[in-house]
Amino acid sequence: MLKVEEQTPVVFSSELLAKFDDVKSRYPADKSKSALLPLLHLVQAEYLWVSTSAMDKVAEYLNIQPIEVYEVATFYSMYFLKPQGKYALEVCRTGPCCLVGAEKILSHLENKLGVKEGEVTADGLFSFRGVECLAACGFGPVLQISPEYTFYENLTEASVDKLIEDLKNKI
Amino acid sequence: MSRKLLLEHINVPGINTLEVYRQKGGYRAVEKALKTLTPEEIVEEVKKSGLRGRGGAGFPTGMKWSFLAKPEGVARYLVCNADESEPGTFKDRYLMTYIPHALIEGMIVSSFALGAKVSYIYVRGEMMPQIRILEKAIAEAKAAGWLGKNILGTGYDLELYVQPGGGAYICGEETALLESLEGKRGNPRIKPPFPAIAGLYGCPTVVNNVESIAAVVPIINDGGDEYAKIGIGRSTGTKLISASGNLVKPGVYEIELGLPVEEFIYSDEYCGGIANGKRLKATVAGGSSVPILPANLTLKYANGEPRLMSYESLSEGGFATGTMMGSGGFIAFDEDQCIVRNTWNFARFYHHESCGQCSPCREGTGWMEKVLHKIEHGHGKMEDVDLLWDIQRKIEGNTICPLGDAAAWPVASAIRHFRDEFEWHIKEPVKSQSHNYGIANYATPIEKAPVTEEK
Repeated sequence: MLKVEEQTPVVFSSELLAKFDDVKSRYPADKSKSALLPLLHLVQAEYLWVSTSAMDKVAEYLNIQPIEVYEVATFYSMYFLKPQGKYALEVCRTGPCCLVGAEKILSHLENKLGVKEGEVTADGLFSFRGVECLAACGFGPVLQISPEYTFYENLTEASVDKLIEDLKNKI
Repeated sequence: MSRKLLLEHINVPGINTLEVYRQKGGYRAVEKALKTLTPEEIVEEVKKSGLRGRGGAGFPTGMKWSFLAKPEGVARYLVCNADESEPGTFKDRYLMTYIPHALIEGMIVSSFALGAKVSYIYVRGEMMPQIRILEKAIAEAKAAGWLGKNILGTGYDLELYVQPGGGAYICGEETALLESLEGKRGNPRIKPPFPAIAGLYGCPTVVNNVESIAAVVPIINDGGDEYAKIGIGRSTGTKLISASGNLVKPGVYEIELGLPVEEFIYSDEYCGGIANGKRLKATVAGGSSVPILPANLTLKYANGEPRLMSYESLSEGGFATGTMMGSGGFIAFDEDQCIVRNTWNFARFYHHESCGQCSPCREGTGWMEKVLHKIEHGHGKMEDVDLLWDIQRKIEGNTICPLGDAAAWPVASAIRHFRDEFEWHIKEPVKSQSHNYGIANYATPIEKAPVTEEK
């Protein structure tokens, strides 16, 4: 779990809370806990990770115990429980993608970015990790970038280089 | 060209919009169902069609629907399983990306048949682009009166929502999916009770795969009997096959069930053969969970008859010489691929995805990953192969949900058919780090069926 000093107290904006309300309206009134996974995605899209403080606020909003949020956030692999790079690259490393070179793409990213899997580059722009099957096996190797989860297919070392340059130039 | 029921209009520009989808005959099934058929008649058509669940288990959809309990005054739910996470499978992503209205139309007809007033499409969280596509399409359909209150003036109300998952393979198992939809960890439930009796929020619920629901549209348009004419035996209709690995043209193909496997791999209409002029070494025919087969047993039964793409033909020979249709995730391995490395990769996947509820799966998948890692990296001992066999036997059948079996089968089948390749890794710990075992005799005709310990 996280060290306390990494946590910043979170106050949800009224825009974010309006999105929360919209999600909550999709379920029967006494079943609003169903909103938990979508809400955590909204939090992550806003802050790029899910802090304990944010989880506590979500628990408060849904009127459930904080542990009910923690157990969900730690079970599902998409929620980042520590800060990531602005662009968190997730490369599929499961069988079919490996048949067409996913392992090379992962080691290329490590060299290119100069950080290990799970670490953030010094400029705070990038982090990367291998993830399990992204259901795009026919177009492998593939990677996705949160929080929009834009998708890049048929990767080569050259196309990865270009992608990184494009993202750098975007800021 | 084989008949296309789901992907017929895939290349029509703008088919993702309601307007073009309508021009191509879209939403006819909703009109027909809501205005001229009773829910019971729709269930009957789906039963007659012989449609079998396209998510992997292959259970007859009409029969699943007929099990739904209908107590007075209790809500019923239809939940679409779009958690597509089985390695090798990407057909649902394809369908939702390019023809989202096919799924929505199927959801409306199916919800009406089941008496659901609120339905959910549970999409794996990583598919955020597809979630946005579906939400846009739902808004379009609602604005045009295909969803919401009093659809087509028939008095039928339906709200349709998209629910994102959080990145967990296990949520493709229907009771884990329901737990997740209730905002909990995706731990599968003990059955019974089945979801048809107590599913979402304890209410009667049907969970169906994306492709199954989309197939309801042509079944209603043309009638269940017409659908059942396509295909072979109890494998009726068309099936989306996700083709990946070392193929000239990987991608999603709609086939009429009964197509010879050889034609699917080598004809230009489908995969166009093995990439880079190489030879086929092995295939996983139905997604990572189903048994891997060497090339010779992929193309032909042990007795030399050609194998077909159908539920029955793919499983011909049982696990000794056959495999399964599964979700239709067809992965091809060329002669340079290492079976040991792939088996280790899959074992790592299942270890990562085990929910941790049952000890045989939680511990066993970890052990299999460790032992396979050892063999693949040149530190294996000969007894490790038997140890692996022993572990997978202890997982299979001893868990609440089928993930245990799904983790055991790839390991068991790899040892069954490729044991010599495992042993070579152990005998040649140095050479195996830089060389491939190669195609060996996996592609030559079979002289006798492999000898395996049967259950």
